[in-house]
Amino acid sequence: MQKRFMAIWFGHLLTDGLARRRPELKDVPFVLVAPVKNKIIITAASAAAEKEGAFTGMAVADARSAVPDLLAIDAVSGQAANLLRLIGLGCIRYTPIVSLNLPDGLMLDISGCAHLWGGEREYLKEIVLKLRAAGFDARAAIADTVGAAWAVARYAARRPIIGSGEQASAIAGLPPAALRLPPEILEKLQKLGFRNIGPLLDIAPQSLRRRFGTNLLLRIDQALGRVDEYPEALVPPVPYTERLPSLEPIRTVPGIEIAIEKLLEMLCLRLQSDGLGIRKAILKCHRIDGRKVQVGITTTKGSHSVSHLLRLFRLQIDKIEPALGIELFIMEATRTEEMDVVQEQLWAEAKGLGDTSLAELLDRIAGKVGANVIQRFLPAESHWPERSIKLAVSLDEQPQTAWSALPRPIRLLNQPETIEVMALVPDHPPKLFVHKGKRHTIAKADGPERIGREWWQDSGQHRDYYIVEDSEGCRYWVFRSGHYDGGDAQWYLHGYFA
Amino acid sequence: MENRQQVIGKLRQDLLHWEGYKPPVSGRYEQLGLGALEHVFPNGVFPKNCIHELVCASIEQAAASGGFVSAVLSLLIQTGGVCVWIGRARRLYAPALAAFGVAPHQVIFITLHKDKDALWVMEEALKCTGLTAVVCELREMDFKQSRRFQLAVESSRVTGFVLRNATDKLSSTACAARWQIKSLPSTELDGLPGLGFLRWQVDLLKVRNGHTGSWQLEWQDGCFVPVKELIINEERQVG
Repeated sequence: MQKRFMAIWFGHLLTDGLARRRPELKDVPFVLVAPVKNKIIITAASAAAEKEGAFTGMAVADARSAVPDLLAIDAVSGQAANLLRLIGLGCIRYTPIVSLNLPDGLMLDISGCAHLWGGEREYLKEIVLKLRAAGFDARAAIADTVGAAWAVARYAARRPIIGSGEQASAIAGLPPAALRLPPEILEKLQKLGFRNIGPLLDIAPQSLRRRFGTNLLLRIDQALGRVDEYPEALVPPVPYTERLPSLEPIRTVPGIEIAIEKLLEMLCLRLQSDGLGIRKAILKCHRIDGRKVQVGITTTKGSHSVSHLLRLFRLQIDKIEPALGIELFIMEATRTEEMDVVQEQLWAEAKGLGDTSLAELLDRIAGKVGANVIQRFLPAESHWPERSIKLAVSLDEQPQTAWSALPRPIRLLNQPETIEVMALVPDHPPKLFVHKGKRHTIAKADGPERIGREWWQDSGQHRDYYIVEDSEGCRYWVFRSGHYDGGDAQWYLHGYFA
Repeated sequence: MENRQQVIGKLRQDLLHWEGYKPPVSGRYEQLGLGALEHVFPNGVFPKNCIHELVCASIEQAAASGGFVSAVLSLLIQTGGVCVWIGRARRLYAPALAAFGVAPHQVIFITLHKDKDALWVMEEALKCTGLTAVVCELREMDFKQSRRFQLAVESSRVTGFVLRNATDKLSSTACAARWQIKSLPSTELDGLPGLGFLRWQVDLLKVRNGHTGSWQLEWQDGCFVPVKELIINEERQVG
């Protein structure tokens, strides 16, 4: 496919950006200044200041002689890159590949995008008018190559759209500076009387190389499309991305749902043919007020089932704030996973942890309440009750050791609760205990089971556990912390048996 | 007279059939292994595609109900089956399930603090055909919610258990059965001191199309055993 590029040039990027933030500067002649070798030099001049004769590169003192009421503001370094980045992110609604063209421009790869806005003329008009409405002195041009678009945006007064293959005639009338050359080569060309690019194109490459080096040839080749040029994208494009621009701004839940469904259908079809499934997807909604809202979903197992993913997104729809309306939906599969091609089962009886419907259920729960509420436990090699289980990382993780066969209570208190105990003989199970004001007379008891602390984990008293049954038949797990004669022995209730 | 009995029996069978209880397929053993208790249910089979409700008046009863449910789960879950346990705070201690024959790593625990979330998760889980059983601990459940659960299980064939707090006046629900499980004093084994097998007082307070009843069951090495002998609740001195 023929590549098309659009260059955007900002005549007064920094001053327009500042005037946008401080409206009182709008029609005032002002300049941004920075100290260079004991002199205060103008680094950017506003349109009003340039009209009165203060230009970039002049010393402020000199400019003041022409414009007495010139306002000088200290420049902030790196401001141009920040501004361009913000504008570039805003332009992602027009094309996925936007790159910065420091210090004062943007380069958009618009291949296959313009027809969505009804052709290149309308596309260009839409972008330029939007930027001008935002207060930027912007100009743009569209051409087959980065070089030609760059040149035409900055140096041509008319005809911003260069037809396919017409780069040579378009740049022939422009000055050599339009070729993005370093100053020393420009100076040399000036001395030799090259006012336009046209005569340079007629000279044999060998003689140009001998006199000006390879840089000039490369720039000419890039402008004419003989050498490819790949601008670095501001936001690296995600391989699995689908876009859906809407004719009318969308504000309603059914509208958003339809958009999500369409995007998922397109995305899942591609993923399915590549044998991949979505683990993580993001829906980005560009609103007409220039803001962006996004929601994401994650799955426990790769999936390319439209109905399942749609159900996950449906839980997130109420987090999307459409405001005045959404004009562009972008669905990105930020994490994918290879999927085993599952043969459809005639006897779908094998229920287990690998079941798809189970994974889908957990995704829905995670989407609605949060992934941290879902827990699965595996045995850990420890006798200490609180540490004898660990959380499983994934659904497929299998236990490394066997589950303990020792009797354990079905309900374990998170914090052992203190109890008052009466025992007839030291080091024997208690005769009765009082828990929360209730007296339990113990009829039967098993124990003690001594569980020591793991010295490499923490220090403290060991625990002597007893299983006791009171006269009503309720069974408890109680323990004494420490030795009986230690003086600091304390009894606790830790769990309930069935 | 004989004829009349037969007609009534036939009509009862039809009613059961319309309500979704299928008569046991001949040549297939459908009984779960609850012994005498199972005969009170329609067709003499523990209803699997239904919601069972267990009321717990105290934390001890909640523990006993948890144990009883785990024991039933071990009978329900075939090898590899998965169960979801929805609890309020993490109080169920997973290793204890191993004693009831349920592999704890085959149970997915979901901890929720709000009943509203628990109800939503329970309903979604009951719709999931990849599960064998779902257990949910709730404070309250009214008729509407139980009806929703029942509708969800009818299509997915999942068994649902609801452990709920006993209140003074229990509202009626659409559950197939309402149970109350209490711990009973165990008897010593072969005269040895200490605790015997887990023993429960199992009260079936309500059964749809069945008979209520009261039993004493013991959990012995992976199966329910009814208790026949009288329990002598004598004061015994320990220690």
